[in-house]
Amino acid sequence: MIFIQYLSLGVLTGALYGLMAAAIVIIFKATQVFNFAVGTLMTFCALLCLSLVLDFNIPFWLAVPIAIALGGIIGIVVERFGLRPLLAQPLLTLIMATLAIDNILRGVMLMVWGGHELTFPRGLLPGKTILLGPVFLPHEFVYAFVVALICFALVGLFFNKTQTGLKMRVTAESHEVAMSLGINISRMFSLAWMLSLMVGAVAGIFIGSRLGLQVVTTSQIALKAFPAIIFGGINSISGAIIGGFAVGILEKMAAGYIDPKVAEITPYVILLAILLIRPEGLFGIKRIERI
Amino acid sequence: MWRPCGVIDDTYEKDLSIIRTRQQLVLMTLGLIALFLMPFYVSGVALNTINFLAITIVSLHGMNILTGMTGQISVGHACFMAVGAYSMTLMVKYWGLSFWLATPIAMLITGMVGIIVGLPSLRIKGFYLAMATLAAQFIIPWMIVNVRPDITGGTDTLTVLPPSIGGYLFTSQQSLFYLCMSIAVFSTYFSRNILRSRFGRAFIAIRDNDLAAEIMGISNVRYKLLAFFLCSLYAGLAGAMYAVWMRGISPDHFSLHESIWYLGMLIVGGMGSVFGVVLGALMIRVLNVMVTYIGPYIGQFFDSSTALVIATGLGPIVFGVVVLAFLIFEPAGLARIWHRFKTFYRLWPFAY
Repeated sequence: MIFIQYLSLGVLTGALYGLMAAAIVIIFKATQVFNFAVGTLMTFCALLCLSLVLDFNIPFWLAVPIAIALGGIIGIVVERFGLRPLLAQPLLTLIMATLAIDNILRGVMLMVWGGHELTFPRGLLPGKTILLGPVFLPHEFVYAFVVALICFALVGLFFNKTQTGLKMRVTAESHEVAMSLGINISRMFSLAWMLSLMVGAVAGIFIGSRLGLQVVTTSQIALKAFPAIIFGGINSISGAIIGGFAVGILEKMAAGYIDPKVAEITPYVILLAILLIRPEGLFGIKRIERI
Repeated sequence: MWRPCGVIDDTYEKDLSIIRTRQQLVLMTLGLIALFLMPFYVSGVALNTINFLAITIVSLHGMNILTGMTGQISVGHACFMAVGAYSMTLMVKYWGLSFWLATPIAMLITGMVGIIVGLPSLRIKGFYLAMATLAAQFIIPWMIVNVRPDITGGTDTLTVLPPSIGGYLFTSQQSLFYLCMSIAVFSTYFSRNILRSRFGRAFIAIRDNDLAAEIMGISNVRYKLLAFFLCSLYAGLAGAMYAVWMRGISPDHFSLHESIWYLGMLIVGGMGSVFGVVLGALMIRVLNVMVTYIGPYIGQFFDSSTALVIATGLGPIVFGVVVLAFLIFEPAGLARIWHRFKTFYRLWPFAY
């Protein structure tokens, strides 16, 4: 029974890791940029939502869509001024650019919201911790899980059923091919960042609703999405989601059966193991190198 | 490379030499004398910063070998420093070794850890390797905190005994200055030597295309691991110096943010350039000191709580903006700017 408890908690947190992982993969697929700043960007959107609720007295159900929309705008701005000038630069330049953005945003957040922990008002999400026999489920995470599933479905529909999604898949496949087909790839890059940050904002808001928001620690939660991405393969959104669940479950299992302290590094041990055994991940594409 | 007119290399030794002209020799000697007389004309507070700068330069040289010359991205540099700092401190504390013996051993231990962390580099590269070093960056401080907290002090600060020679204790900033600065100067020289030797050329070949390098007979296994080893040697040395300078270490001193700052300094200085390392470390550390003075100054125009908030937030913002500006406008860093200035100065008042 305790096993089911850990499993369900793992699945619930795994959905959030999956959301963050999907946010990174969407950008990587379209632009080949690995976004190290996803944690800070996500925290930024969540803090915006918090401010909308606390300072502007906007009801939560309205604040969330506004924050998500603002997240999309931030994504476009960051792409336009931070990453667009660096198109087709070497990998380290791109990674460092996202790390620089991460630092700038962290500084801004420390200035605006300070370094202390902020929490959403209590009872924001209706309901209380769900008890299924001996298994308890925090209701915030259940909401988050449902919303995450809706997000996954929407992202899947967008990529598979719409014309713009198709264009984005072409861009991900090859920039040259996309351009030769008349696709405006810089617009696709903006769109990828917008979409990614909207997904990231959802993750940030629901993490914040359960755990509270602190500029540095909340941002670091997103680092746990990296193992999820490596697990699923960097090129696969569905892989990232499955990876998120896997990391979430393994982390909670380690916390329950071994030691809560071990859980802190479990994702990174998984990361190392995957890198050594199967670097391209479960669903990734193995690239053949030529000189 | 550009030479002043009339300096002609007729042997390979001359082509590789660091000092080419009498002018350079004179300038370098005067510069070194001025550097080592610094404690006589600089205040203690400034010396404190300069010592930290020297430690940063030593550490950054290691990162330059790994990331700048060999092209292996590492976001776990601070964890290597942690290994050096902790192994030195613990050997001094529990085995009673002197600093002078414990530091080389700590460097070797760090080198071994570096090789272990570098092992994935044989199969993966680029961004995947960055992930592996990121994992090390989390696992090593975790081990320091949780494996034997009774020895390492866990999250608490571990006090460090000052090094001594024949009863003379290195406690004042002046004495530490001579220790740190000599190591910094020597490590700069050593790093420059690596760059112009067979090893440096092999590293650069691997950076530019590791498959091509392998086909030309440069063993990837050997040189990638050597780069990790050398990087960690430097980091271990810098970690031991940091422990002595700080007089107390805790895992918080070696966080992911520190590693990212080192990467940023490398970008600002110019990847793969030894002199760029010095410039980059100088620029970022000086900017950081300026921010700690300017932050409260700006803050005094607002109420006191805002002042504190501005002081904490300004550091990361300035760092991020500077790094992003260098990435966009001068990706080759300060080393390139310095090179352009030298060329300009040499030809002035003519355009070419």
